[in-house]
Amino acid sequence: MNFSTELSLAIPEVILAGGALVLLVWGAFQSRANTVFSAAAVALLIAAGAAAIFGPMGRGFSGGLIADQASAFAKVAIYAASAIAIPLGQPWFQRRGINNFEFPILIVIAALGMGMMASAGDLISLYIGIELQSLALYVLAAIHRDNAKASEAGLKYFVLGALSSGLLLYGASLIYGFAGSTHFTVIAQAVEGGANVGVLFGLVFLMCGLAFKISAAPFHMWTPDVYEGAPTPVVAFISAAPKMAAMVLFARVLAEGFGGAAEQWRQILVIVALASVAVGAFAGLAQTNLKRLWAYSSIANIGYAVLGLASGDAAGVQAMLVFMVLYMVDVTGFFACLAALSRDGRPMETIADMAGLFRERPGIALAMSAFALSALGLPPFSGFWAKFYVFRAAIDAGLGIVAVIALVGSVVAAFYYLRLIKVMWFDAPAGATDVPPVEARVIALGLALFTFPVVLVALVFLDPLAAAAASAFGLA
Amino acid sequence: MTGILSLITYAPLVGVAAILALRLVTPAGSPRSAELAKWVALVTTLVTLALSLVMLGQFDRNTADFQFVEDFAWFAGIHYRMGVDGISVLFVVLTAFLMPLCIVASWRAIDHRIEEYLIAFLALETLVIGVFCALDLILFYLFFEFGLAPMFLIIGVWGGKNRVYAAFKFFLYTLLGSVLMLAAVLSMIGITGTSSIPELMAYDFGWEIQIWLWLAFFASFAVKMPMWPVHTWLPDAHVEAPTAGSVILAGVLLKMGGYGFMRFSLPMFPDASAFFTPMVFALSAIAIVYTSLVAFRQTDIKKLIAYSSVAHMGFVTIGIFSGNAQGEQGAIFQMISHGLISGALFLCVGVVYDRMHTREIAFYGGLVNRMPVYAAIFLLFTMGNVGLPGTSGFVGEILTMAGAYEASTWTAIVAATGVILSAVYALTLYRRVIFGEITNPALAEIKDLDWREVAIFVPLIVGTLYLGIYPAAVFDYTQASVDNLVAVYRAATGR
Repeated sequence: MNFSTELSLAIPEVILAGGALVLLVWGAFQSRANTVFSAAAVALLIAAGAAAIFGPMGRGFSGGLIADQASAFAKVAIYAASAIAIPLGQPWFQRRGINNFEFPILIVIAALGMGMMASAGDLISLYIGIELQSLALYVLAAIHRDNAKASEAGLKYFVLGALSSGLLLYGASLIYGFAGSTHFTVIAQAVEGGANVGVLFGLVFLMCGLAFKISAAPFHMWTPDVYEGAPTPVVAFISAAPKMAAMVLFARVLAEGFGGAAEQWRQILVIVALASVAVGAFAGLAQTNLKRLWAYSSIANIGYAVLGLASGDAAGVQAMLVFMVLYMVDVTGFFACLAALSRDGRPMETIADMAGLFRERPGIALAMSAFALSALGLPPFSGFWAKFYVFRAAIDAGLGIVAVIALVGSVVAAFYYLRLIKVMWFDAPAGATDVPPVEARVIALGLALFTFPVVLVALVFLDPLAAAAASAFGLA
Repeated sequence: MTGILSLITYAPLVGVAAILALRLVTPAGSPRSAELAKWVALVTTLVTLALSLVMLGQFDRNTADFQFVEDFAWFAGIHYRMGVDGISVLFVVLTAFLMPLCIVASWRAIDHRIEEYLIAFLALETLVIGVFCALDLILFYLFFEFGLAPMFLIIGVWGGKNRVYAAFKFFLYTLLGSVLMLAAVLSMIGITGTSSIPELMAYDFGWEIQIWLWLAFFASFAVKMPMWPVHTWLPDAHVEAPTAGSVILAGVLLKMGGYGFMRFSLPMFPDASAFFTPMVFALSAIAIVYTSLVAFRQTDIKKLIAYSSVAHMGFVTIGIFSGNAQGEQGAIFQMISHGLISGALFLCVGVVYDRMHTREIAFYGGLVNRMPVYAAIFLLFTMGNVGLPGTSGFVGEILTMAGAYEASTWTAIVAATGVILSAVYALTLYRRVIFGEITNPALAEIKDLDWREVAIFVPLIVGTLYLGIYPAAVFDYTQASVDNLVAVYRAATGR
């Protein structure tokens, strides 16, 4: 395969990398963000998404980069979520007097890194992808420079993220040492018929590092602090797309590289899934800040996604993919609601702030109720279908008991979702709110309509697409 | 007539859309738009009732097959599949029948957020009818679970003092039961590769798996029914819910549990059903005696009726699990009859509550002096509740007990004491509220029923008496399906 055909596999990455550099130069000259600038960034993401769908498929750069249906599926979802984050965030920052042009660029760079994660075919491109997106996210979390909480969030995110990267690298080096290669396919040959202890040791470290990135228990501690401190539109972004990228990467590593050690990693994933569901459900009960609450909610949700992966078959990966797409819609929509709300210019972030919101802002309150019910898993909202896929896969894979425990965990979590709905619907209004900005309202309502009823139609298309993507991992 | 079931199911949503449209063209909270919304809701529910009667008229009583079947492939092997048979058809009609009464009963009782209230009720109607029409497990689960949301809001927004507690208890209890059912549903789909209810009814599950599946479904339906000892959410929910909410809760939501037993537990897991029958009988017998005694000690009228509902549902579970034609027929009849009678009793409570804003039994007394029409109507439904021959309550109780006698004599004997106990608490309640002299000065000016309230009760009176005198009106529809169910059950269990 010559260089130009190999490069053609990376068209989405080329578009984003080149585009980000051009934007950077452009931004340096105008120094302030404006709508055209944001629109250009969105256009880049859309172009990259189109390239991911229509571009050639195959493996390039000696297997380091994979363009297949799985990567295309993940990239479209990731780029779409990134494209939504820009119009949600840019006006939000502008209204608060933060006019750095870097916001859209950082999103584009993060999207580039996430795309690489989805396409990674060896441990090197895996690490480059993760680091590229992580560094962009650390900066994004702290982009509100004058805000102490945001800086704290950025610092925490950075330190703990660096630790997890260290774990990951250590694991990668162990795997390289014992398997003799960084390529997933070569590792797979070494692992076939039982992995030796050294490789397994490396695998455990690698999984710990990835668990950090998806904020699965017991590596979840950074999540509530970062979510609480980071600017709300940034949270809407970092709680969605990076998790999708990391989950796809997780599936890729385990399925392509460690198929022979499936019994071992399935055990780990089951523990991680149950721990995440339990932490998310019980710790969420004590929260009063909605951003922290939703951090725990996302920990629980990642637990369900990991449960899908723990099934260890194509149905499980399909379930995970469907779950992540629906979860992204949910979480982005919820934080879009939060970004839309403020009272006398101050953000509304606690549960008590939402008192009587239904009478004050019926549209946003309905949207938030839809996201809460969806996260609760009440049919027919999208969150139910996400759980439907995951639990079906888990039960079919013989994880019936685990599924039942996780389901009971979802009942515990139901309490805090209901409490939010109770506060919004039953309680007396806590005072007038500012008029929500148009862009956040449109995004929130649009995504709410997706959770119900659009999802009932969308799944007809999503189901086969996710199945095709899942089949690319080569699991039974 | 294909498509009529979807038409009935989604007709209330047209009303929802109309109310929302009204909301957009008129300023929020204006009294005129609220008034208009009530009429829209009433007309919608009446049209739904008319459609369901048309469907009933077209229903072929001589077959046990599902009728008016609609079937479209959806995704992931799920189908949008609707259909009714003799077991479910009357519940559809019952729901459509009670809904207009609920709307009228709320006409003055609800004074804030009226549009939202009506939307919640109309949505609830769609979901409840959907439960009885769904022929796909997942579709059934969708309707079954989504129904929690509007009921949660109805209790929580328009309920009494302790409404938040009651709403949470209702939701979480039911949710816990249903997630276990969801696990069972998913494993059934995994085993059989289909989610079609008719196909699953024909599938022969292994003994061990039947036990687990049966228990999971039981967890859900026993809470919904509700059976002792998981009934404790019901009195709270009833006491706090607005009158119409109680009517719909007792009238149709509880029936989903009994319907579920007949649709899923018996035909799909017959061996497990037979195995667990003694347990169900024991729980039901305890429920009948225990909750009757509890009802007797209540000081709140609504709570008393709520406990009496639990007792009456005990007869239903006994009937269902007796596994013979009388039992099944009696159970269906008892559910329909209880839908009318308990609905009417909650409306009776609502009448005095609207006037005095208290439900304390001790507060009342001597109402017959000021409210003769009310006293007469209350008497009729009290007698229905007790099971007086001539009212529909009698037929259900006697048939379920006849069925139980065949299956387990002791259960029938214990259940029979429940009939006596029900007379004790119901008549005591009636005496303390209605008879005697008016001693409470607050009651001196209480007014008798107005024409709107009489209009609500007339259909219920007619229904209760008609079914009491001519029960075949129900049995004609249920006969074929019940015979089929019993035959399948007996063939499977070898009895």
